[in-house]
Amino acid sequence: MATKLKPVDVVVIGVGVTGTILAKELAESGLKVVGIERGQMRDTFPDFQMPNAHDELKYQRRHDLMQDLSRETLTFRNNNHETALPMRYLGSFKPGEGVGGAGVHWGTQTWRFSPWDFETRSRTIARYGKNHLAEDCTSQDWGVTYEELEPHFDMFERVYWVCGKAGNLNGRIVPGGNPHEGPRSREYPLPPLKVTHAAALFTKAAQSLGYKPFPTPVSTPSMVYTNPYGVTMNACVYCGYCEGFACEMASKGSPQTTVMPVLMKNRYFELRTLANVIRINLDPAKKRAVGVTYVDSRGREFEQPAELVLLASYVFNNVRLMLQSGIGKPYDPVANTGVVGRNYAYQTPSSVNLFFDDRHFNSFMGAGGLGMAVDEFNSDNFDHAGLGFIGGGFIRSVSSGSRPIEVRPLPSGTPRWGSAWKKATAHYFNRTFGLALQGACQSYRGNYLDLDPTYRDAYGLPLLRMTFDRHDNEHKMSVYITNKAAEIAKAAGPSKMNVNPRTGRYTIVPYQSTHNTGGAVMGNDPSTSAVNRYLQSWDVPNVFVIGASAFPQNGGYNPTDTVGALTYWALDAIKNRYLKRPGPIAA
Amino acid sequence: MGESENSSGRRRFLKSVAAVGAAVPAAAALGADPHTHHGHRAELAQAGRVKGQAQPQVYGWMTRPEQAFIEAAVARLIPADELGPGAKEAGVSYFIDQQLAGAYGTMARNYRQGPWPEGTPQQGYQSRLTPQEIYRAAMREIDASCLSRFQEPFHRLPDAEQDRMLSELESGKFALESVSGNFFFGLLLANTMEGFFADPIYGGNRDKAGWKLVGFPGVAASYADFIDKHNVPYNAEPVSIADVLQHKVAVDEHGHPRHVLLSKKD
Ligand SMILES: Cc1cc2nc3c(=O)[nH]c(=O)nc-3n(C[C@H](O)[C@H](O)[C@H](O)COP(=O)(O)OP(=O)(O)OC[C@H]3O[C@@H](n4cnc5c(N)ncnc54)[C@H](O)[C@@H]3O)c2cc1C
Repeated sequence: MATKLKPVDVVVIGVGVTGTILAKELAESGLKVVGIERGQMRDTFPDFQMPNAHDELKYQRRHDLMQDLSRETLTFRNNNHETALPMRYLGSFKPGEGVGGAGVHWGTQTWRFSPWDFETRSRTIARYGKNHLAEDCTSQDWGVTYEELEPHFDMFERVYWVCGKAGNLNGRIVPGGNPHEGPRSREYPLPPLKVTHAAALFTKAAQSLGYKPFPTPVSTPSMVYTNPYGVTMNACVYCGYCEGFACEMASKGSPQTTVMPVLMKNRYFELRTLANVIRINLDPAKKRAVGVTYVDSRGREFEQPAELVLLASYVFNNVRLMLQSGIGKPYDPVANTGVVGRNYAYQTPSSVNLFFDDRHFNSFMGAGGLGMAVDEFNSDNFDHAGLGFIGGGFIRSVSSGSRPIEVRPLPSGTPRWGSAWKKATAHYFNRTFGLALQGACQSYRGNYLDLDPTYRDAYGLPLLRMTFDRHDNEHKMSVYITNKAAEIAKAAGPSKMNVNPRTGRYTIVPYQSTHNTGGAVMGNDPSTSAVNRYLQSWDVPNVFVIGASAFPQNGGYNPTDTVGALTYWALDAIKNRYLKRPGPIAA
Repeated sequence: MGESENSSGRRRFLKSVAAVGAAVPAAAALGADPHTHHGHRAELAQAGRVKGQAQPQVYGWMTRPEQAFIEAAVARLIPADELGPGAKEAGVSYFIDQQLAGAYGTMARNYRQGPWPEGTPQQGYQSRLTPQEIYRAAMREIDASCLSRFQEPFHRLPDAEQDRMLSELESGKFALESVSGNFFFGLLLANTMEGFFADPIYGGNRDKAGWKLVGFPGVAASYADFIDKHNVPYNAEPVSIADVLQHKVAVDEHGHPRHVLLSKKD
């Protein structure tokens, strides 16, 4: 039997990037907030310290900071004619577990989605006509525009000390920045990081083709900085152990380094760790959440009553907990009805490797998102007429730090082992860099999330089931933009290069990105969205579902800046509308 | 499906062994005399001696035929040649032994519940067996097949013959009974690379042979003053986790080692 606890005002499920911001802002307004996190407490000290922070085997290969799949995973299939099977190893994506979530080990690229991304369907139809979208494409408008989110992007970028160079200040194009970005109300809080040899070569090559390269925006401070919450961060030292690792320097934007120093001092906030939420409890009419049930580390069940429940447990558990709790109608791809689980999407990354015989890059140095980028082939920044696809992706030079277990690319055709492999590896390890493309992904009727009929987690509850494949649109787009990247690469003068567009069936095996989106998408129409434009459940108005689960489709940029902006946007609505008059806040 | 008391107890124990690292080999920490386990103490001590360390490396999990197989196989995957030591000299077989005995080998952090249909390649690893079990079954079957074809176990075959067998495993031409040969080869190759390039704390990459081969400095220093020096090689004496913990290198205020730069490579 569950033990019933003393009621609180707010329960936040999951204490990662979004959860910490939600908890901090609401506890500050005087509400009693409890944050419930399935993993351990972790902090820069003592958890992420030198020299053990620089252990590639432990972090990159054994996934020490990431989700423990022995307790919970998901099942996967390419389409609903197959039987979904469990993801037994982490591969394609690496969700976080423990305080800070994936915000501890993320790669720090902090991009805004473009204005077009928020109005994909209507702008595509307006420019190219209805037939330009595939018949089973369910991409749609978000119900919120870039202009509405701009102040919230700005806030997240200041809290997470983002370095960059504005390319569009209030509609004025500024040299050195991204001319294709949406208008910014002001410059980035911090100047760009230093320029590596790889980035300099890329810049020259891109300029020679007429493109406008700019520094990739990153959440690794270029100098000591104090954020609006009064938290100070160190300047990054380019150690090259960034994505997949925790920062020993507190020089990476993460919940621990931006929000928690203030949050943990607030007596209105209580953190409960090693506590796995299994359900949101509803009243008999299923119109109101009365609290959540969680299981603690000793297997005891607790019921935590609350007035407001905020789901911030990343895309997968946001959707799974809705399904498990009976919040919203589950999506049925055959009947094409229901909303929860609908429009799951996953980016289409691709790459180009450049190999040089006469240049040396010290490839092991770097920082998560360090590099330069071009945005000419993203969103609708180029004419798609006659191309047979929509969307695109940025192209950037990568200087994130190569560690030799994982990152030692070789020219294609090189043997995978033996003396020839050894010779090539010794020669190229420091004589190569890559271009990475963050290709978008549209949503389709057949791509969705639901509960698995067979496999269960450690609590005996059904695993989430993912049914997903990329479509023609994604493959054509990937080939097109990757060829554009190859032209830039060629202009940089490598002696050899590999061009790796993303085609063929989606596989759960190699890492691609932890940029999963959808399943509880936002919108203005309750028949095609699970939450309204303020991320409030249409069906249970005292539940808000925060995260990339709200993205109706996936853009050609990393998601977290947009996730952060949506978090502040929803918070604004919670504080200024919902709390004043609890109930549905969108018509 | 559930783990016996024994195996989880063993795992816990081995974890604590792994935590103290290569400086205290598993068998020594066990309090066991390597002699009683493995016979030729002197031979082993010779083979497994870590430069600068008092005690030899020893195997904790693999049987003697398995040790012979792994040493031979990793020596073909990364051979010793004019560029320097190979995987065998770098202690990769000991690395694999430790990994198989620990959390990795027993899939401690992986989903292990059935049913186990084979699935599509896109669905990834679906074996009912753990890496530990896969290695044991595959090594036995490969040796049995070598014995019936050549009257010798794998490790006694000439280099060229070993290479051919490995290539046939890789291409799928050499089929095994309990697991796919190609799948086993993939694991073996991945683990060999891990052992060659991981921090020496895990028993491989002896003398930082893997890092020296490619020019990787190991535990990073602050590169803030070097990151924007273009086309200028940074050749540092590599630093391991143990070097820092045992105060063999100076560190800065954040705990980053101060690398000693070498005037030229090698
Ligand atoms: C390797 C890697 C690199 C990345 N690089 C980038 C990048 O460069 N740029 C970018 O924009 N994004 C990047 N991301 C994505 C980024 O990390 C996520 O967008 C971000 O962390 C999402 O925030 P969140 O709050 O939704 O989830 P998280 O930060 O993951 O937090 C969710 C929390 O909920 C907890 N939780 C889940 N279920 C339960 C439950 N049932 N009960 C209790 N607690 C639960 C989890 O343990 C976790 O702590 C990367 C991710 C990874 C893994």
